[in-house]
Amino acid sequence: MTDTILRMSGITKTFPGVKALQDVDIEVRRGEIHAICGENGAGKSTLMKVLSGVYPHGTYEGAIEFEGQPCNFSGIRDSEHRGIVIIHQELALASNLSIAENIFLGNERSKRGWINWNETNAAADELLRRVGLDEKAVTPVVELGVGKQQLVEIAKALSKDVKLLILDEPTAALNDDDSAHLLNLLRGLRDEGITCVIISHKLNEVMGISDRVTILRDGRTIWTNDIENLTEDKIISGMVGRDLEHRYPEHEPTIGDEVLRIEDWTVYSPTQPDRALVRKANLTLRRGEIVGLAGLMGAGRTELAMSVFGRSYGVNISGRLIKDGKEIHVRSVREAIDHGIAYATEDRKRYGLNLIEDIKRNVSAAGLTKLAKGGWVDGNEEFKVANEFRDSMNIKAPDVGAIVGKLSGGNQQKVVLSKWIFTDPDILILDEPTRGIDVGAKYEIYTIINRLADEGKAVLVISSELPELLGICDRIYTLSAGRITGEVPRAGATQESLMTLMTKEEQEVAP
Amino acid sequence: MTVAPTNADLSVDKGPAGAQNKATRKVNFDIRSSGIYIALALLVLGFTVATGGDLLAPQNLSNIIVQYSYILVLAIGMVLIIIAGHIDLSVGSVVAATGAFAAVMMVDWHLAWPLAVVITLIFGAVIGAWQGYWVAYFGIPAFIVTLAGMLLFRAITYMILGNKGIGPFPDEIRTLANGFTPGFLGNIGLGGLGGADLFSIIVGVLVVVAMVFVQWRARAGRVRYHQAVDPMWLFILKVAGPAVLVMFLVVQLARFRNLPWVLVLLAILVVGYTFVTNRAVFGRQIYAVGGNLQAATLSGVKVKSVVFWLFVNMGVLSAVAGIIFAGRLNLAGPTAGNSFELDAIAAAFIGGAAVQGGVGKVVGAITGGLIMGVINNGAGLLGWQTEKVMLAKGIVLLAAVAFDVWSKRRTAGAK
Repeated sequence: MTDTILRMSGITKTFPGVKALQDVDIEVRRGEIHAICGENGAGKSTLMKVLSGVYPHGTYEGAIEFEGQPCNFSGIRDSEHRGIVIIHQELALASNLSIAENIFLGNERSKRGWINWNETNAAADELLRRVGLDEKAVTPVVELGVGKQQLVEIAKALSKDVKLLILDEPTAALNDDDSAHLLNLLRGLRDEGITCVIISHKLNEVMGISDRVTILRDGRTIWTNDIENLTEDKIISGMVGRDLEHRYPEHEPTIGDEVLRIEDWTVYSPTQPDRALVRKANLTLRRGEIVGLAGLMGAGRTELAMSVFGRSYGVNISGRLIKDGKEIHVRSVREAIDHGIAYATEDRKRYGLNLIEDIKRNVSAAGLTKLAKGGWVDGNEEFKVANEFRDSMNIKAPDVGAIVGKLSGGNQQKVVLSKWIFTDPDILILDEPTRGIDVGAKYEIYTIINRLADEGKAVLVISSELPELLGICDRIYTLSAGRITGEVPRAGATQESLMTLMTKEEQEVAP
Repeated sequence: MTVAPTNADLSVDKGPAGAQNKATRKVNFDIRSSGIYIALALLVLGFTVATGGDLLAPQNLSNIIVQYSYILVLAIGMVLIIIAGHIDLSVGSVVAATGAFAAVMMVDWHLAWPLAVVITLIFGAVIGAWQGYWVAYFGIPAFIVTLAGMLLFRAITYMILGNKGIGPFPDEIRTLANGFTPGFLGNIGLGGLGGADLFSIIVGVLVVVAMVFVQWRARAGRVRYHQAVDPMWLFILKVAGPAVLVMFLVVQLARFRNLPWVLVLLAILVVGYTFVTNRAVFGRQIYAVGGNLQAATLSGVKVKSVVFWLFVNMGVLSAVAGIIFAGRLNLAGPTAGNSFELDAIAAAFIGGAAVQGGVGKVVGAITGGLIMGVINNGAGLLGWQTEKVMLAKGIVLLAAVAFDVWSKRRTAGAK
């Protein structure tokens, strides 16, 4: 006998120009742990936001039925009222408040607006016992590690009489002990009758904890199956099983000498200085070659790139950079640029562009000294340079005085690339160069990347989309939990083989 | 609860943004940036009518400039700091401290005035470096650092002066603050306007010629690079308008007591800082830092150093203002410069600087300062009470920023 607690059917969610979810169906049974797997961008988080009311009723198509009742949530409070609680990947705790205050935030134990502190703290202590967290309720959350904060989030969910608990990548930031404890706790909650939906990239965890698995790919449900019938390989092939269309321009590489070698590169987290984000990574880049870096979210891709780019991220960075056979020391972004390294960020709006300025000032931002004599910028030269890039990169804008914030994503990305190409780098690191860009503009970006390689530059492409890496790269590194777990030439690589390397756990990696 | 952005939240290509955009922009000239000039013109017009023309009388024009020069000097430094996304609340106290220090050196120690001026400027730079260190390298918000500075440097002023003022200043300092260029070449008759100083008029003509030359050369450069330029009639209008204003001002001043030295100093500062903000690498980095700090950092801008030097610059300009103010009163007093910071900040914001940083102009801040100066002066001529003047200034400040926010929202909506 099966008792369905949640049924979502025909869910379609459209953003301007993009279908994030298309006709998704999912059924969750009461008292099970249900895993949702899929690549980055497959639509998992969007689906959970639809369910929890972050995207209110009316902004999507399809029906949600919870405990047999239709749901028309207009906000997250509605869904919590019905017993659906979502714990996001980025924890949402007020770090200076105590554990008890966080647990009852927005749900205070109070009478006529006055908080009953005795009841609050006693109730919090009781919840902490349930989740197995040995801390006092009055301890400020800021004093807890990430693992314990995760438990506070769960205690908070329990305080709301949760029936369906959704966890988005709950163990992504945890160490092994904390992960094991959390997973045990989830099993305990299941036995108490609480249903869990867990989104995870860690397939061994999925295999170990879940009862059933649903695969999402490109915004569609692929299948749902019982764990007894599954293996990690089956899950992987479900996640990646899309065929490569002709979405990538043809390219014959002319590969030259090694230009940059990264040796024993180790980076620690700036917020948790004892946690290594990148461990002893070794990479080589050669002229004219497009190299891919594949890894799931949290694998340390961006951290690796930004730490190489003038130590702009991370602490306690160690390792060696060898450029053209000589060791170089790159202590700042300026020095990185001077050594011919360029890094185009994955989040162009936050880190890549000055959105209130025009195209020409953004294009010149990193190479301004090239346009200056004695500290004075030649505005006419700047105009000329920006115009040349507008033509060669096909930036669609009325003129180079157009404000960058008003351009489309694809054109903004072309401005970012122009900025870096103008610095005349030997090495270009492109972090998610086609994120949030439509298919046509993607093709243009790939063509530009090929052109850069043909000019003798080394290009390192970081991407969550495996077909993209297989489509444009000559060689691909895989990164898992901060370690390079593989280096495969394009010819020998498949999405399945990459995904296997990307989900390899630490202990399986040969030293 | 925070909601992480997903790929799908980002906008996607909507194709070319339309050429009609370009055509309408020429006619529909930028009301947002020209709004303050129109506001100043309207204010001048209103007060001129209300005062029966007294506002624009030679002596009164001269007064406005001399009375507000130190605020305008401060406004130049302040707008740069605001563009970078910071604020400086301490400038009033720094004006007092530097003025007091200059007075001690010149009056008590009998140092030669040029040496004393140089040391005072260095003192201002050191104060700026102190604040710049805490803001840029230690990472304390400028609001807090300079609020502390407001108290600290006022305290230092009291320590230097005790509870009394020091004066009188050497003649040269008083001349700089209060005096006028001498009539080297005698007077010429201007018909119905009476006599006017020939030297001042020649300077005015040279300035106008220089303005025309610079503008013409810039236009020629843009034409050479096939950039869009204004049609000739608009170009002539844009050059002739300011030229007429400058000549009007100079003639009026020449009819009174020639050019105030502070005006000469101010003109040099305005031109210099306009060039720095428009054309210097450093100036461009200020906008980059204020526009998007992370993007500037990742583009190789030495963000901390930029912010540090901006505060040093503010300290030096505060010292300049401190000397002018003390020289004008012929006395360095412990309460000098009280609430100057508010006038300077108001000038920058009225002049179009954005609270979030990244936007602002030196000329805008000067115009903002003049708007406040004209209100103060005109109200004085009309014999308004203090509360009425404060009321007017408060409303103007709020209206200016409200207009800015509104026009920004309007253009964003039209996207």
